[in-house]
Amino acid sequence: MKEIIWHGRGGQGAFTAARLLGEAYALKDDSYVLAFPSFGPERRGAPIRAFTKLDEKPIGNRSEIKKADYSIFLDDTLFSEQAFGELKENGKILLNTKKTYDDPRIIAIDGDSIAERYLGMPITNTILLGALSAVSGLVSSDEIAVAISQTMPQRIREKNIAAVNAAYEEAAL
Amino acid sequence: MAKKFLSGNEAFAYGVRLARPQVISAYPITPQTIVVEKLSEFVEDGSLKAEFIHVESEHSALSCAMGASSVGARAFTATSSQGLLYMAECLPYAAGGRFPVVMMNANRSTALPWNIYGDQRDSISQLDSGWIQAYAENAQEALDLALMSFYIAEHKKVSTPFMANLDGFVLTHTYEVADVPTQEQADEFLPSFETENKMSLTSPKNLAFSAGPDTNTFFKYKEHIGLLNVKEAVAEAEKRFAEIFGRQYSGLTESYKTDDAEYILITLGSISGLVREVVDKLRNEGKKAGLLRLRYIRPFPNEEIADALKNAKAAAVLEKDISFGNEGTVYSNVNSALHKAGISIPTSNYIGGLGGKNISAEEIEYIFSDLTRKKSEVKFLGIGGEDSGS
Repeated sequence: MKEIIWHGRGGQGAFTAARLLGEAYALKDDSYVLAFPSFGPERRGAPIRAFTKLDEKPIGNRSEIKKADYSIFLDDTLFSEQAFGELKENGKILLNTKKTYDDPRIIAIDGDSIAERYLGMPITNTILLGALSAVSGLVSSDEIAVAISQTMPQRIREKNIAAVNAAYEEAAL
Repeated sequence: MAKKFLSGNEAFAYGVRLARPQVISAYPITPQTIVVEKLSEFVEDGSLKAEFIHVESEHSALSCAMGASSVGARAFTATSSQGLLYMAECLPYAAGGRFPVVMMNANRSTALPWNIYGDQRDSISQLDSGWIQAYAENAQEALDLALMSFYIAEHKKVSTPFMANLDGFVLTHTYEVADVPTQEQADEFLPSFETENKMSLTSPKNLAFSAGPDTNTFFKYKEHIGLLNVKEAVAEAEKRFAEIFGRQYSGLTESYKTDDAEYILITLGSISGLVREVVDKLRNEGKKAGLLRLRYIRPFPNEEIADALKNAKAAAVLEKDISFGNEGTVYSNVNSALHKAGISIPTSNYIGGLGGKNISAEEIEYIFSDLTRKKSEVKFLGIGGEDSGS
């Protein structure tokens, strides 16, 4: 099973990204997915987490993920050393940041700049999803595009798909 | 059929739409809200031709559904927790009136302390209301149960309201892959609602009447028989369902590796998936573990439990409720089933998941290892605070 934790602030679309990843993976044959947010009241700006579990057989464990294959931060103010504690061995952190890191466990991507170019607002959920696709191969950018087309409102589909592709290109380098 | 990525609430709403209810009356409450939001969208976009009635309370929601049923309409409502308790007065009303309303309950803790998370104390506290009670494990079963619940409730030998329970958040808010049948298949499965138990100008009869001491027992006995007949109606519905949709269900319970199991854990709802994984792990280690999942607890599956446990050395009941001052209610019911069947094995009770507390794989393994001590005890999982023992 592949397990992904999404970190964001309320309003940044962390749960939407968790769901889009699941929706994209569900396009494959014999795929099983659970996608859910950290449960409870929601507030804009408050730290939230969301979870995606992907497998080829039914998933019985509905608990929050403790150790992830990928831990993704839409907002680098939420990132701290504690993040390494929730990684599996060889797990990776995908970080939206303008900073650079030497740590091989961290993949840094300047999602805000891509967001500015393609979306005109600092929302990086689909951008980090595109980057995840490039570094993990869990889903293809085409599958993400289908997932976006199935679930997002018409007016934001095309630009989000373009942003996913741009992030994919950048992360694949 | 179409594969869709849906939350438990959404899956249930799709199932309800396929059943073509004519009246939906509901009042929103977390974590049930999305099922009625989704249904209101279906009504708005014309894909569901139903009267959607915004009511001012849960008491009115069920009263309204009951009124609709009494004129022969297929009626649906949904609630959770305090909402279910607020409509409690209407629950035996609907059951005693033999109005086959279907209600989804998103299982949530009851106050105080205030808590919006999932446990099963809300529905289990209403076991004696005369309603059928079923518990879904995942989104697919939730969708399928939505469709089957109308068939079972409206069955001529049953004519009893149906409460379909989904664990709050862990099931209602988790997205999964589910097959959504076509409307043509659903129509083949579920005929339109026909009943003699309705107000009619051409065939007037007395409904929702009084019955004094002389006749009351007669009606209560008939109500009891109606609930007992659910077993037959479930079997019929599931056979028909498998023929049309190709998905199999196993009646009031589901046994997993119980045939040769020495230690069996009995539970209900969405935690069953994790128990199944733990059973597989223990089996790999050579330990004879098994799971018995209660899909229905009214009617209570007495025979199925006795049959599954007849060769076991010990059994445990894991449930998300507590009857304060005694023990978990499901545990009491299980012990009664065993006693009636003359099965005398140690049984233990584990109270877990209260107020949404996570139940871990480690805790389930602990239950199985604890069972080998063959003691009859009631234990709380993960108490925390100053009484923290486990």
